[in-house]
Amino acid sequence: MNISLLLLAILAMMVLAFQVGRNRAVRVVGGHSHIRHLHSLPAYYGYYAALWVGIPALLLVLLWIGLQERVITILVVEQLPPSLTVALSDGHLSLLINDIKNLATGNITSGKITSEIQAAADHYHQLQSFASIGLWSLVFSIAGLGMSIAWHRTQPAFRARNRVESILLLIMILFSSLAILTTLGIVLSVLFESIQFFQKISWTEFFFGIQWSPQIALRADQVGASGSFGAIPLFTGTLLISGIAMLVAVPIGLLSAIYLSEYASTRVRSIAKPILEILAGIPTVVYGFFAALTVAPLIRDWGEAIGLTVASESALAAGLVMGVMIIPFVSSLSDDVINAVPQSMRDGSYALGATQSETVRRVIFPAALPGIVGGVLLAISRAIGETMIVVMAAGLAANLTANPLASVTTVTVQIVTLLTGDQEFDSAKTLAAFALGLTLFVVTLMLNVIALHIVRKYREQYE
Amino acid sequence: MNTAVQVVNTRIGIVTATDLEQDQSFTRTLGEITSPNARMQCRNINVWYANKQAIKDVSLDIGKHEVVAMIGPSGCGKSTFLRCLNRMNDTIPIARVNGSIKLDGKEILDRGIDVVPLRAQVGMVFQKPNPFPKSIYENIAYGPRIHGLTTSRTELDELVEISLRRAGLWNEVKDRLNQAGTGLSGGQQQRLCIARTIAVSPEVILMDEPCSALDPIATAIIEELIDELRAHYSIAIVTHSMQQAARVSQRTAYFHLGDLVEVGPTEQIFNQPQHKLTEDYITGRFG
Amino acid sequence: MNNTDDLTAQSNVVLPETSNQSPPRRAIDIVDASLKRRYAAERRFRLFGLSAVILGLSCVVVLFTSIIGQGYTAFQQTYIELPVTFDVAMIDPNGRLKQSGLTSSDINTILADVNFLKIARQALEKTFPYVEARHQKRLLYSLLSSNATQFLRDKVAANPTIIGTTQTLKLLADDDVDMFMKGRSTSINTLMTHGQATVIQSNQRAQIISTGEDFVIIRKQVKTFLTTSAQQQERAITRIQTALLDIEAERTARHQAQQNALAAGQAEQAERLIANDAELLARHTRLSRDLLAAQTKAADFRARAEATHGNELLNSNMPSYFVNINGGLVKVTEVKNNTISGEIFAPFNSKVAATGGEWNIIEFAQPEADRRLKDNQVAWIWQLKQQEMIAKYFNTLFFINSASREPEQAGIAGALMGSMYTLLLTMLFSFPIGVGAALYLEEFAPKNRWTDFIEVNINNLAAVPSVVFGLLGLAVFINFFGIPRSTPLVAAMVLTLMTLPIIIIAGRAALKSVPPSIREAALGIGASPLQTQLHHVLPLAMPGILTGSILGMAHALGETAPLLMIGMIAFIVDIPGGITDPATVLPVQIFLWADSPERGFVERTSAAILVLLLFLFLMNLTAVLLRRRFERRW
Repeated sequence: MNISLLLLAILAMMVLAFQVGRNRAVRVVGGHSHIRHLHSLPAYYGYYAALWVGIPALLLVLLWIGLQERVITILVVEQLPPSLTVALSDGHLSLLINDIKNLATGNITSGKITSEIQAAADHYHQLQSFASIGLWSLVFSIAGLGMSIAWHRTQPAFRARNRVESILLLIMILFSSLAILTTLGIVLSVLFESIQFFQKISWTEFFFGIQWSPQIALRADQVGASGSFGAIPLFTGTLLISGIAMLVAVPIGLLSAIYLSEYASTRVRSIAKPILEILAGIPTVVYGFFAALTVAPLIRDWGEAIGLTVASESALAAGLVMGVMIIPFVSSLSDDVINAVPQSMRDGSYALGATQSETVRRVIFPAALPGIVGGVLLAISRAIGETMIVVMAAGLAANLTANPLASVTTVTVQIVTLLTGDQEFDSAKTLAAFALGLTLFVVTLMLNVIALHIVRKYREQYE
Repeated sequence: MNTAVQVVNTRIGIVTATDLEQDQSFTRTLGEITSPNARMQCRNINVWYANKQAIKDVSLDIGKHEVVAMIGPSGCGKSTFLRCLNRMNDTIPIARVNGSIKLDGKEILDRGIDVVPLRAQVGMVFQKPNPFPKSIYENIAYGPRIHGLTTSRTELDELVEISLRRAGLWNEVKDRLNQAGTGLSGGQQQRLCIARTIAVSPEVILMDEPCSALDPIATAIIEELIDELRAHYSIAIVTHSMQQAARVSQRTAYFHLGDLVEVGPTEQIFNQPQHKLTEDYITGRFG
Repeated sequence: MNNTDDLTAQSNVVLPETSNQSPPRRAIDIVDASLKRRYAAERRFRLFGLSAVILGLSCVVVLFTSIIGQGYTAFQQTYIELPVTFDVAMIDPNGRLKQSGLTSSDINTILADVNFLKIARQALEKTFPYVEARHQKRLLYSLLSSNATQFLRDKVAANPTIIGTTQTLKLLADDDVDMFMKGRSTSINTLMTHGQATVIQSNQRAQIISTGEDFVIIRKQVKTFLTTSAQQQERAITRIQTALLDIEAERTARHQAQQNALAAGQAEQAERLIANDAELLARHTRLSRDLLAAQTKAADFRARAEATHGNELLNSNMPSYFVNINGGLVKVTEVKNNTISGEIFAPFNSKVAATGGEWNIIEFAQPEADRRLKDNQVAWIWQLKQQEMIAKYFNTLFFINSASREPEQAGIAGALMGSMYTLLLTMLFSFPIGVGAALYLEEFAPKNRWTDFIEVNINNLAAVPSVVFGLLGLAVFINFFGIPRSTPLVAAMVLTLMTLPIIIIAGRAALKSVPPSIREAALGIGASPLQTQLHHVLPLAMPGILTGSILGMAHALGETAPLLMIGMIAFIVDIPGGITDPATVLPVQIFLWADSPERGFVERTSAAILVLLLFLFLMNLTAVLLRRRFERRW
């Protein structure tokens, strides 16, 4: 809350700086009646001052927040009596530090409170309040400095508008680069951890092994000795569920798009299309609930009624529901693509005496095929990356099977499971999640790039 | 049956006196609307787009072995009229057509008439060449395939060749029948579309400004082709160019704001127009 | 163009007008002949399309009916109305609460040690004075939710003057009771009776004799159960017999092989062949014993099922039957044709014979063994219902409570608050950044490789699986920057990165739709490019940008997977008070509840989904209205 207060204070200072800057500009030129002697409108001088006050201060705050915790922790650890720290492993040390922090903030600690720890906690507390005072005074002085710079620059000939505009443009460029930074962040974060993973587990075992049980060691001689990391069952499981989903989504999505755009009356279309699109707006967790609590038991009961053994978390249930989720995705993409086929194609076909279905099947569909393929690829990418439905409705057992009634697990399920349990960072188990994440990212990225490329080329063809 | 598109067809009776009185400037078509050897007979055609009347009480015959040209300023309804002849207006949901059109004496505007065989008999070539995004061969073979006109591959090959020859395209494309039809030049594409139309053995070919998107050389080739096709088909052509109408047609019909103002032998229309509007148009007062 | 007539002659398809004498043209005949088949194909295709649409629409209907059907009951909650006596001796024996000038924390200290649980239990005991056995009392107490203590303490703290009085208070019922009241634990059928029934009471048991055939149905039920059990046993017998045969076959085969090996002089292999013989033998013995037991049971069940007379005993694997007569309840444990006997669960108020219709039989279809509420408890609830002491009321707790292990006390307030903080923060981050980026990319950026790269990047980011963003948040925001996990702050940062592509794409589309003439007009009167954008283009594009942003926010509101990665999955009881407090969000709460085994959580999950969908609906509605209101065609 301290930080929020500080941010508010900076905001207030910016407002103040704006007023001061504007008034200063007016006064420098000799009153309101002489404003035209200023290079820019007075408000721009105000903005200029506000930016000078705000931006350095905000940068400082960000930097400070990033570093404060670390610096204080180092200082506190240095102050700890050696008898406490010397025998401790890294993990235990971090536990101890946690205890100290908890004690300092008045929370419950896990260990016993000795006088040393109490002292360290007091030290910690003291350092924190110190840091807080330091930050506040620094922020105020930097803001003051910024104000004085802006004050001195405020002259009639000063091109305040251009300055403000170039700062704004710079900020906008920064914002645009955030997309690149995000991609970079994703790549780096999964790559970095994955490299660590592949140092423990060979990549051949990961990509070609058929045993997946990250929790327990299967063989004593195993590298990493914490489990077995053959991801093939995960890949096949993902493919099985995505395959079922596509079997549901592609025919229904495509056919309903064709029906709605070629056959249905305007009224039917205006009702049916939004209703179908509701499916796209429903959160995936809702589908997961539906799959796990409604569809899966239903499939199990039906299967057992006709004498089949159906796992209670069958791939079929997850796949079916995922397919339903993807229907509007396929249908709206196909709709776009079909509508992009020029009317002249239809006219050409009708003029030869083709019926509507002949026109659709033999002219429109082949013409729209590249776009439809692109859309389906995007849908596959989405199915592969879908998480909640499978987390809730698919199993955890990594079975290598093509039986849709059996329980399989997927890449995303494993990522979630590995990262939501008890984590020890740097254990092969946790790192495996990042290796899976990297695989998932690379595969979906390739699918997306190819699909977007195809769709783009297709659009250009008819534009 | 194509029920998605509704054709209002109440025959002639609906045109009331008040409809005719609305437009005082025009009373009736000048010239001879009938043809001694008529293949299509259109009588009292009215077309509405929603509430806007696009064609007003037009009657016209299209004879065998003749090319009828339809001219007139933009928006005069000549294309609309053309689209009535094979009921392509059915594809426009807001269009309503009434009146009577007979093909070989058989009414085609009846609600019960099937548009599929009709369109196989009355083919159409559009303003902009619209080959399907398939190979040249498949473009031609499409019509015969959907109608089941051939029973074997060799028959189909022959039919494709005949059609391409009739459209004067065979020598240019015979070595690349499997290449995309969209890869041809504009003029070739248009001849491909004509060949495609011929392939289903129509009796009448409708052409909606077939040369407007083409360069003069391609236009000349098509015009020559039209003249040759006259031997086998009745042709109705909408054109913007009076010269073209003069070159290819035997009869010319002049449309103005939805009315058929004047119709007659091409030479007569161009040399001695009877109506003031026709004359103004021919002499280039407006266009 | 060579001779066309010549060519026509080669073709066997007769093209028109080669001669006027030719018979009717073939082409059109062929067309006419194929029409029937083609129209059939047309109808088929159309039907496929229509069924696809109907299938898609029915998915929507099924999804919603399923969720609404499961969830609507959660908006009501069962309360038991009990006369609670606030005994002075138990609460405030020293009269400390009578002092004046007590602060609320003083009151809380005084009340901290009071055994309110006992007070609540006494109220129950007073209502059911005939419940005496210890284990029965435990069952009785479990009718109330564990929050009774807190509830009573708050009542007294709010109004100490009630000490010494007896108040009729609505106490929250346990979730099992709630489920029973909502008909979700068993179906209840009341069977009408015809004969005159006489009750013979002996101690805790009673015998009821009816002059009619009123108990036939119970007998039938028992017989059905016995038949099913016999069939089960018979199936087991077959299974065991097969297994025995397999074992015998294997032993014979192994012995044979061993003999052969010995004969061939391979002693070691021979040894190995019969190494597990003892184990096989032991299994054989065990299975034989099982077989005998199963055969005995099967015979017994069969005999009982087929017997036409004699008593039949009911057990907890059969549906439960209560006889409701003279204000009392008898649980049927034994049935004959016109006589039942059973335990008295609620005392009678008279002993006169009851004529048909005055008494009835109540059936609880779910067997007691498969039910969380035992028959005693069901009987007490039935009694409470008779006295109108138990009822459902609007479930306010659902909206003001936070997560809880007890379904009846669990609410969505904490998750809603968490969602609100997260969403506000996401909007605060992503809207300015998204608009800025869209403005730059659409209006200022030079068209070069770099901006192309950014564009491809943004399009790709929009399609990256959300769980990958979770990995990013975990590795970068939490582990690298040290932002506290489970907080709305870190959630908002992850969601911002996720929604940015959506907002940027929508923003660019909106900016693109503003005609260039507006820009030219502004630039023409000497506005700077930025002024042009900020004063003219951006305001015109704003409705489109807002629509896109709202849809992006709706997306963020429903997102779950990446939030699991960054610790929002923790069980958090407190309602978060700020952006750095541990919190959970509505979709994650749904995920957590969906994972809980209690029946009571299913309806709460569905209800939470309904609330979530309501918010999403409102957001989408706003977007649609915004688009309608400000949509401009240039």
